[in-house]
Amino acid sequence: MADDNFDTQNVIDQEEVLRHRMVTIEIAGKQYEVPEGITVIKALWYTGQEVVRGAGCLGGFCGACATYYRVKDDPKVRTCLACQTAVQDGMSFSIQAPFPARKAVYNIQELKDPKQDLFNLYPEAPLCRNCNACTEACPQKINVREGVWKAVFGDFKGVSDMFMDCVMCGMCTPVCIADIAPNLVALYVSRAQGAHFTEKPEGLERRIKEIADGQFNDDWTRVMGLNEKELTDLCASLK
Amino acid sequence: MDIHVLQQIVHKTRDARREQTLPKLSLAERDTLIKKYHPDFRESAYRPIRFGPNAGDKTAVELAALLEGSSQLPDDLDLTAAFTTDVLVIGGGGAGCAAALHAHAAGAKVILATKLRLGDSNSVMAQGGMQISVAPEDSPVTHFLDTLKGGLMKNDHALLKVMVEEGPAIAKWLIELGVLFDRDPEGNLHVKKGGGSSKPRLLTCSDYTGLEIMRVLKDEVLNRQIQLLEFCAAVELLSDEHGACTGVVLKDLDNKRYLVVAAKTVILATGGIGRLHIQGFPTSNHYGATGDGLCLAYRMGARLAHIDTFQYHPSGAVYPEQLVGALVTEGIRSEGGHLVNAKGERFVNELDTRDVVSSSIIRECEEGRGIRTMAGRVGVWLDTPLLDAEHGSGTVNKHFPAMVRQFERFGIDISKDPVLIYPTLHYQNGGVKIDTNAETEVTNLFVAGEASGGLHGRNRLMGNSLLDLMVYGKRSGLVAAGRASSTSQGKLTLDHLQRFRAEAKKHGVSSSEHASPMILPAYTRKTG
Ligand SMILES: Cc1cc2nc3c(=O)[nH]c(=O)nc-3n(C[C@H](O)[C@H](O)[C@H](O)COP(=O)(O)OP(=O)(O)OC[C@H]3O[C@@H](n4cnc5c(N)ncnc54)[C@H](O)[C@@H]3O)c2cc1C
Ligand code: SF4
Ligand code: SF4
Ligand code: FES
Repeated sequence: MADDNFDTQNVIDQEEVLRHRMVTIEIAGKQYEVPEGITVIKALWYTGQEVVRGAGCLGGFCGACATYYRVKDDPKVRTCLACQTAVQDGMSFSIQAPFPARKAVYNIQELKDPKQDLFNLYPEAPLCRNCNACTEACPQKINVREGVWKAVFGDFKGVSDMFMDCVMCGMCTPVCIADIAPNLVALYVSRAQGAHFTEKPEGLERRIKEIADGQFNDDWTRVMGLNEKELTDLCASLK
Repeated sequence: MDIHVLQQIVHKTRDARREQTLPKLSLAERDTLIKKYHPDFRESAYRPIRFGPNAGDKTAVELAALLEGSSQLPDDLDLTAAFTTDVLVIGGGGAGCAAALHAHAAGAKVILATKLRLGDSNSVMAQGGMQISVAPEDSPVTHFLDTLKGGLMKNDHALLKVMVEEGPAIAKWLIELGVLFDRDPEGNLHVKKGGGSSKPRLLTCSDYTGLEIMRVLKDEVLNRQIQLLEFCAAVELLSDEHGACTGVVLKDLDNKRYLVVAAKTVILATGGIGRLHIQGFPTSNHYGATGDGLCLAYRMGARLAHIDTFQYHPSGAVYPEQLVGALVTEGIRSEGGHLVNAKGERFVNELDTRDVVSSSIIRECEEGRGIRTMAGRVGVWLDTPLLDAEHGSGTVNKHFPAMVRQFERFGIDISKDPVLIYPTLHYQNGGVKIDTNAETEVTNLFVAGEASGGLHGRNRLMGNSLLDLMVYGKRSGLVAAGRASSTSQGKLTLDHLQRFRAEAKKHGVSSSEHASPMILPAYTRKTG
């Protein structure tokens, strides 16, 4: 990169980069010094720890890095995605081990009455005691408690909308006093919503039929018969 | 300078820029731009592979080293099988799950082995959407032509034709499994226009398309009670005396033990290579994207295609430092977001293909019109607040919740402030050469998804990967299951490895040079 070209006016002065401040953090009970502002996963690497469990997408989508943490002098235990959270001085954290939640086994297409089936598959769901611990635990800020209630009351559409950003980290499960796995309930509900309560898109059916009926065959024959130059020209003409 | 001060130029020039339309480049202009600025054309970053099926072909030096690298297996490894199956699927991303489900539905006994947890993959991160020609004004043929143009006319026609034609049936399959694609007011699938496409064709699930699809597929794999081996990385394939694939050696990452799986057919669905950080680029890829499948297949004698071209997604985050490499979804540009240099100017049609857009961002930065961070990175602005200005306030929050959330964690409100971006290593355009059955040149070895090569030519069009995964995941699963039902389990040997080692020695590659596959990137800091 041609350094001299740079207009020094166009440089972002990042405090953390300029200062190189080190902070003290505690990982699973041990203290370490790490650069401020790096993510929790990078802090693990920085301290020389290998991470196998506890890292997946590194992009905030897979939930593999579910982590409990606390900040200085605050008793409140919070949750975060380790790949998306910056460390700060005095932070203490542990990656959460996978929780042995029970997943119901079902055949989504063969469900007869999905709203009723919820109670057979997850009989604990209606036992929600409204404690809100699940909502507090969710690093994606989903109102999990409300989702469980909506599921039980049959508002499957509402649940699907609410849980679109659930990364299945499972943080809502170990905290539930009624032994509900809210994310698994929500997953069942949104699949049922998609498979049973959402209109079949007509345009899609039409297109599938058009293809099966060979409606594009002439076009294919024409296109596949072009020489390289003709094909390139045809592609170039697309806007 | 404070970031907010630098951002002012974007706010100030917004109204003027909204009046502008920038033409897409002609094929000739694209060619000149790409050859000058695209990382694929940086000669020093490439070298010929010394031996094996692609001897003499050039690829990125990082990949060449791994392809020639040496297996970690001891010569005297006990090959007694711990598991036996009809179809073994390696990789738990989109292609792997689709393959396993279809093979299972076809009646085969299936084992799915994956390096991390089921689903921890690139697939779950896909935000932009999935291309399927469903709109009335669109057709599979147009989809074919757009893709060909995007791929610089180098795509395998047969593979591509199959993909575009089977797309609509795949959408139907996913919907029946409960995937919630966005709909228009009439209940039809809502389609967006993606970069490089002439028609709107992107199916989306908010900006969580990959997550939604993967949540459902993962759940379905569990519902079908397909046998899973998680945290088990494939480190070598097994071959019979004729060179056909007969199984795999896995390494259990929890206890470091080797596990032998005997399989009548093997489907490699190990994804891409982003974590090799080719040319030092940051990457959008998941932790396990280390190109393992390419190394394994190559040692078995499978040829690779188009491995001299990689995709650099135009918009990887450059600031804050914590998000470097993370993807800023193309959806922002699809909805009209401008790319703006340090002078407040637009410099490319934002909806041009990825290679064109990436090359022009690199040009702006190399010619001194970029913005630099103190961490030594450069980038250009992506005008995200423009979307609220164009389509009404709240648009950014409504359409891009995942992205809003990502930046919010670092105190950046993308609906008010533009973000700084630079191309990030995103996708492996090439891979193991396959036919329309997803089979490689090695008998009974199938490859599906990003690990395969040919379909996308020299540049993949946005949204075509998710479709590729589902179509070739399905085909590989069905064909592999069919094949398994008519063959018997072959002998388990490492004969191909002996041959490969001998060849490496002949070419002066010492066995200590590079352990391959990489399995996980070496990010752990060596202290002391
Ligand atoms: C951030 C991001 C956004 C994207 N957005 C889009 C989009 O909007 N639309 C689109 O079409 N495409 C998109 N793509 C591209 C697309 O998601 C990927 O190309 C695709 O998901 C690859 O799927 P796959 O199944 O081949 O590989 P992956 O989904 O990456 O799965 C590979 C699997 O193999 C496993 N594995 C790897 N090595 C081994 C080994 N040695 N042994 C066992 N298992 C192994 C991995 O752990 C993983 O589970 C995006 C990619 C990224 C990274
Ligand atoms: S709902 Fe539960 S599983 Fe989903 S993101 Fe929130 S805490 Fe994680
Ligand atoms: S934690 Fe359990 S009991 Fe409490 S609100 Fe959530 S689902 Fe209900
Ligand atoms: S590693 Fe996937 S969410 Fe953090």
